[in-house]
Amino acid sequence: MTTLPLQAQARKGIDARRVLRWGSAAIVLLVLLPLLALVWTAARGSGDLWPHLIANVLPVALKDTVLLVLGVGVIAGCVGTGTAWLIATCRFPGRSAFEWLLLLPLAIPTYIQAFVYVDAVHPLGPIPTAIRTLFGMKSPRDLWLPEVRSLGGCIVLLGFVLYPYVYLSARAAFLVQTASAIDAARTLGLGAWETFLRIALPLARPAIAVGVTLALMETINDVGASEFLGVQTLTLSIYSTWLNRSSLPGAAQIALFMLLLMLGLVALERWGRRRLTVANVGGRARPPVRRTLSAGQGALAFLSCLVPVTLGFLLPAGHLLHSAWRRFMFHGLPETVLIEAMNTALFAAVGTGIALACGLLLAVASRSGALSSVALRLSSLGYAVPGTVLAVGLLVPLAAFDNAVSDMSKQVFGFSTGLLISGSGAALIIAYVIRFLAIPVGGLEAGYGRIGTSMDMAARSLGQTPGGVIRRIHLPLLRPALGAAALLVFVDCMKELPATLMLRPLNFETLASHVYGEAARGTYEDGALAALLIVLVGLAPVILLARLSRPQAD
Amino acid sequence: MALRFSGALLRHTAFGGILAAAAMLAPVHAQAEEVVNIYTTREPGLAKPLFDSFSEKTGIKVNSVFVKDGLPERVKAEGASSPADVLMTVDVGNLLDLVDQGVVQPVNSETLAKAIPANLRGANGEWFALSARARAAYVSKDRVKDLTAITYEDFADPKWKGEVCIRSGKHPYNVALIAAYIVHHGEAKAEEWLKGVKANLARKAAGGDRDVARDILGDLCDLGLANTYYVGLMRSGKGGPEQEKWAEAINVVLPTFDNGGTHVNISGAAVAKNAPNKDNAVKLLEYLVSPEAQEIYAKANFEYPVVPGAPVDPIVASFGTLKVDDVDLVKLAAARKTAADLADKVGFDN
Repeated sequence: MTTLPLQAQARKGIDARRVLRWGSAAIVLLVLLPLLALVWTAARGSGDLWPHLIANVLPVALKDTVLLVLGVGVIAGCVGTGTAWLIATCRFPGRSAFEWLLLLPLAIPTYIQAFVYVDAVHPLGPIPTAIRTLFGMKSPRDLWLPEVRSLGGCIVLLGFVLYPYVYLSARAAFLVQTASAIDAARTLGLGAWETFLRIALPLARPAIAVGVTLALMETINDVGASEFLGVQTLTLSIYSTWLNRSSLPGAAQIALFMLLLMLGLVALERWGRRRLTVANVGGRARPPVRRTLSAGQGALAFLSCLVPVTLGFLLPAGHLLHSAWRRFMFHGLPETVLIEAMNTALFAAVGTGIALACGLLLAVASRSGALSSVALRLSSLGYAVPGTVLAVGLLVPLAAFDNAVSDMSKQVFGFSTGLLISGSGAALIIAYVIRFLAIPVGGLEAGYGRIGTSMDMAARSLGQTPGGVIRRIHLPLLRPALGAAALLVFVDCMKELPATLMLRPLNFETLASHVYGEAARGTYEDGALAALLIVLVGLAPVILLARLSRPQAD
Repeated sequence: MALRFSGALLRHTAFGGILAAAAMLAPVHAQAEEVVNIYTTREPGLAKPLFDSFSEKTGIKVNSVFVKDGLPERVKAEGASSPADVLMTVDVGNLLDLVDQGVVQPVNSETLAKAIPANLRGANGEWFALSARARAAYVSKDRVKDLTAITYEDFADPKWKGEVCIRSGKHPYNVALIAAYIVHHGEAKAEEWLKGVKANLARKAAGGDRDVARDILGDLCDLGLANTYYVGLMRSGKGGPEQEKWAEAINVVLPTFDNGGTHVNISGAAVAKNAPNKDNAVKLLEYLVSPEAQEIYAKANFEYPVVPGAPVDPIVASFGTLKVDDVDLVKLAAARKTAADLADKVGFDN
């Protein structure tokens, strides 16, 4: 009981640190692997591509991308922040239901949102047909309809399906971080608007920025919706460069150019709030006191929540339900759809588990100084690269590894092991983890930000080992952040399409790849049932997320 | 301890993931039965009836994966260990890309050489066309009553201003059509033409081929360009009662070039360079040009068979006699890059 056990403990501590350092470095390297492959591909040169791109492609692609990003950013930012503010600080009819209803658009993949709206707002679609019948119009040309297949259409559709990323983080900020400041401002006589604009909004800005960044990354990387709606984004020009000009190096160069743009965007936002340090206001976190709205205000608040829920979820889900039902009556259940649902859920779950474990390891390593903050940022890069580009980048090193193992096995044991990773679902899981690691890393980083280091010191001085601090103090406090990250990653894995299409093994389908297979030959209605299943499978975690992210009342 | 906890968590989930993946993989590797592995850019719904019938006939199990983009990249990366035996694509450009990227091997098969006309296969058996589809005009039955003949050149005629529907100019089907135009008339004329068609568009060049029929029924446009087999799928009722209505709203006219025939694209296949089951791959290809399979192409998918004399479906026959354009497919594929550039240059999709 004197020196020996202490020494033993110290040695264990050093080992743990080494595990942390090497483990986190390995994860960061894994994320960088496809990006390095991308750089290597880009370096092979693309001949006369750039003059053509600069003259004919980039002006439009940049304009469309910038407008799309701005538009979606404004809609998602305003809707997300506005509804979060209403839900967190006001009392009005339907508030408690909207609290979770507002999250539901997360379950709708962007490409499905696009298909549904083109269908629903088509002159022959249910809504225009109903309007024409109502007013007795004969020709479809008599009724003016908004053109969904346009930049404006794409902005609105994506904005209303991606705002939950902002809503989720802004609401958490209003509920937990800024609550006491909000209450104090009110006590000092500030009105509702002033409290919002002068106190809550600046305090919640980092959280809102995180949400908007997630929504915009989804926007920039989207291919399905923008292709279907005919919006010429940069991501789309990566595709056509690659596929029509058979120039993978050229595509890689555009992808890297885009990655730089995105990093610039993120850096700009961070620079913008460089002097803004949000101190954790002490005391117990509790939601702010909710103000009861007058009847008129209440109705307005009700509508402000109803519109996004309707556009982002009720309408698309309702339309899918309707088409799926008609399809079911016409064709019955596709025989494979249940297996596909199981594949989808299983792979999403495994991907989520690993992404979460990696995220936790990175967060712990970063907090203990075993991983630099630059390396931590690098681990989130996978989210900023379009899925197919990531998949192509991943193929090369994974398959090279597989072939090396196979050759070795041939020499030593006399048989080939085939494609261990790239020929199995493992490649898909790795792609999911790399792609979505940013979510747990960001969430846990923010979560750790709320745990003062004084807490660690107190625990250590009371005799806890470093591991004990993590297990007994950090993990319980991080549980909401972990849970939220888990559910977001799960839903994202489930909706993931481009990497899934490219990397999945033989005879393997997910719901998303099924929907795409049908959509690719124009038989959207055949995919309606699978699309509906994606929404349904995604719904459970989203509702769970709503419950989990609600702070416990005390 | 918590570190060990998170480490263990990582190990277990990672291990679990690999196990789960291995379980998924098992059906491919476990048995010693005869298999053939197919990577295809063709939508699974279209290829399945053919694969099912092949398996039934030969007892060879067909494993397949629908890879939309990046088929050559995947096969190339997989290298010597690639399980792929047959690579299938739906566009001549994509098929010849496989040859250019060096991921196929020549096949010496008398059956294939006899069945497929020489202009529809590689000279050394690197690639084979299996079915053909024409790029047709869908024309409104109600509003454009007496149009019985049209040329591709006509689509740029200002009299169709605001009346033309078509999908993205960068889609392989349209890129191939533009490439054929270039081979016929040269790049400058092709650009003029493309500008003219662009000026006639009723809506953005987006969506799919069936949308052309639906948009004609919805009175968004009076005519458009789309593939022939979609009409068969819609008219036969296979797409459901709604699509039957779309197809009833249109007449199909087979356009020609001023100085040529109707533009035809192909679906085709090649045997992968490192095919582990090469014999079965060749068997599959030979099966696909058999009268039985060619009939499935014609009946189930409403395509034109490549084997001369094989019957077409009555719906497709009703479009009239197909006078296939005589443009060399290899030349057409070579003009593809220029074609895609032109689509960018005139801002066809903007």
